[in-house]
Amino acid sequence: MSTLGVPAQAQVDIEDGAKMFRRCFSCHMVGEGAFNRTGPHLDDLFGRVAGSIEGFSYSQDMLRAGAGGLVWDVDNLDAFIENPKELISRTKMRFKGIKDPVDRANLMAYLRQFSDNPANIPEAEPTLHARDPDVDPTILAIQGDPEYGAYLSGECATCHQIDGGEDGIPSIVGWMAEDFVTALQAYKSEHRNHPVMQLMAKRLSNEEIAALAAYFEALE
Amino acid sequence: MKLDRRGFIGAGVATAATLSAPMVMGAAHGKPKVVVIGGGAGGATAARYIAKDSAGSIDVTLIEPTRTYYTCFFSNLYIGGFRDFASIGHSYGTLAAEYGINVVHDWAIGVDRDAKTVTLAGGSKVPYDSLVISPGIDFIEGSVPGWDISSQNAMPHAYKAGSQTQLLKAQVESMSAGGTFAMVAPPNPYRCPPGPYERVSMVAHLMKQINPTGKILILDPKPKFSKQGLFEEGWSKHYGGIIEQIGPDFGGANIEVRPGSMEVIIDGEVEKVDVCNVIPAQKAGRIAEIAGVTEGNWAPVHAADMRSKLDDNIYVLGDSSSQGDMPKSGFSANSQAKVCAMAIRGKLTGSSVFPARFSNTCWSLIETNDGIKVGASYEATDAKIAKTSGFVSQAGENDALRKQTYEESVGWYAGITADMFG
Repeated sequence: MSTLGVPAQAQVDIEDGAKMFRRCFSCHMVGEGAFNRTGPHLDDLFGRVAGSIEGFSYSQDMLRAGAGGLVWDVDNLDAFIENPKELISRTKMRFKGIKDPVDRANLMAYLRQFSDNPANIPEAEPTLHARDPDVDPTILAIQGDPEYGAYLSGECATCHQIDGGEDGIPSIVGWMAEDFVTALQAYKSEHRNHPVMQLMAKRLSNEEIAALAAYFEALE
Repeated sequence: MKLDRRGFIGAGVATAATLSAPMVMGAAHGKPKVVVIGGGAGGATAARYIAKDSAGSIDVTLIEPTRTYYTCFFSNLYIGGFRDFASIGHSYGTLAAEYGINVVHDWAIGVDRDAKTVTLAGGSKVPYDSLVISPGIDFIEGSVPGWDISSQNAMPHAYKAGSQTQLLKAQVESMSAGGTFAMVAPPNPYRCPPGPYERVSMVAHLMKQINPTGKILILDPKPKFSKQGLFEEGWSKHYGGIIEQIGPDFGGANIEVRPGSMEVIIDGEVEKVDVCNVIPAQKAGRIAEIAGVTEGNWAPVHAADMRSKLDDNIYVLGDSSSQGDMPKSGFSANSQAKVCAMAIRGKLTGSSVFPARFSNTCWSLIETNDGIKVGASYEATDAKIAKTSGFVSQAGENDALRKQTYEESVGWYAGITADMFG
């Protein structure tokens, strides 16, 4: 985990945030009269339940996250903007993310002007939690042992169908190892909020997660 | 990193494995033999994993009397009308055809631990090197005065799924208007802790549609039960005042039944009922007792591999075992089976043995799209399988989350049954 966090109030620059928003506005509108385009409008974004704008066609994963209680507060939004797939594996938002925490803080400071509640985001303490959802490259670089993964996968197979079916529970067959590790690490750190998955992920070591990722990536 | 870990774990356990393996493999009868008694969540999973992971190097025989196995989990959903009966039935064809398991539809009636053979009702003896006993539960005779197995048509238990489940549903459907459904709930420990209360929910759901003035009476010897707050919240939300609970303070532990006249006697007071679901006190499946691996009502096992504490060649899974903190559930049995399968392969063929890991989640349905769950993870200690951490659904969760929890349970059912039956 990086030690960089969201910068303190003095450093937030709304004008710079407005410039950052140029990366977003081909898909998202914000401000008076904003409506859904390729992405949902961003008025009243802070405090909004994920996937909750009526009539917008979200990914299944975004709807699941919303049903599971994901709310766009500053921490979650910061994590999502940094690396959308870390929080929502198959989000329709095709955006690789903004790595610089200062840029993200500025962007959120700009966006929060269009939210009433809570109005004091992101400057006010104690909502300023430093969170870095990017997985440490040394964790991503661990070569998993698929044989060990095959044994560990027995625990997954009780719920996730090994033939790739996904009614009610997402399929994890053939999932890219990097995405698999990123998602499991996010459950481990409680960025993702599903209680069963948090329970599973928290007692998996980094090597065990890599082993599972290697096994499931190769599974057809 | 990976090699260190493997080397380390492998070294400790594999040493023990290689000491015993040559003796077995060198035995006169060729390939090592595993016999599994019981084709449910424990037995079917163990048979499948041993056969799959040993790729033909171990002979696996699965002994299960029924040709179509109806899962106890989700049988309440059939009663409520959320599943059709066929959808909870599973056959053993794939285990035989694709995994090469010798599936024998017969009753195991004896175990000779010295000769290491299992005797079948049909008369033949099946030899084993390792024996897995996973027969589920049987009922303790006399635990509900007035009820015995010959009364199960008048007062079904429906706690082993199949014709009993169909019978109970049919009885609820033909109740007289405004009649009473009574449930005699079991004392701890028993199979599927939230099961009786999910059943009450499903009966209430059915009655709401076909018999809205009917009543439900729960006669319970226990002062509290699994997910109680969540069930009671749901009952009050969905089913108004139709469910009445009589706990031990009000005579719930002093029950007698009269199947002939459809009466229950609650602390001396006679109550006439239309349907009476008697779920007696439980013990390990009879074959575990016959094999001599029980102490009291259950079969004690080592936490690390589910090996019987009374016989190193026998493993006991699921409901029948006494292992520590895990609840008696299909999920638990499935989880234990995979640990046991790995240990048996290690013992018989010297394959890698990794540390045991166990988990459980129990989903329950209260009403359409109102699902709840409770779960935990566990580790093997010297004394028992010990709970490490857990979670439970919260009161007042939003509708979307409850719907998602139910949908998740449907996915889980598909997952675990594929994990059991291939």
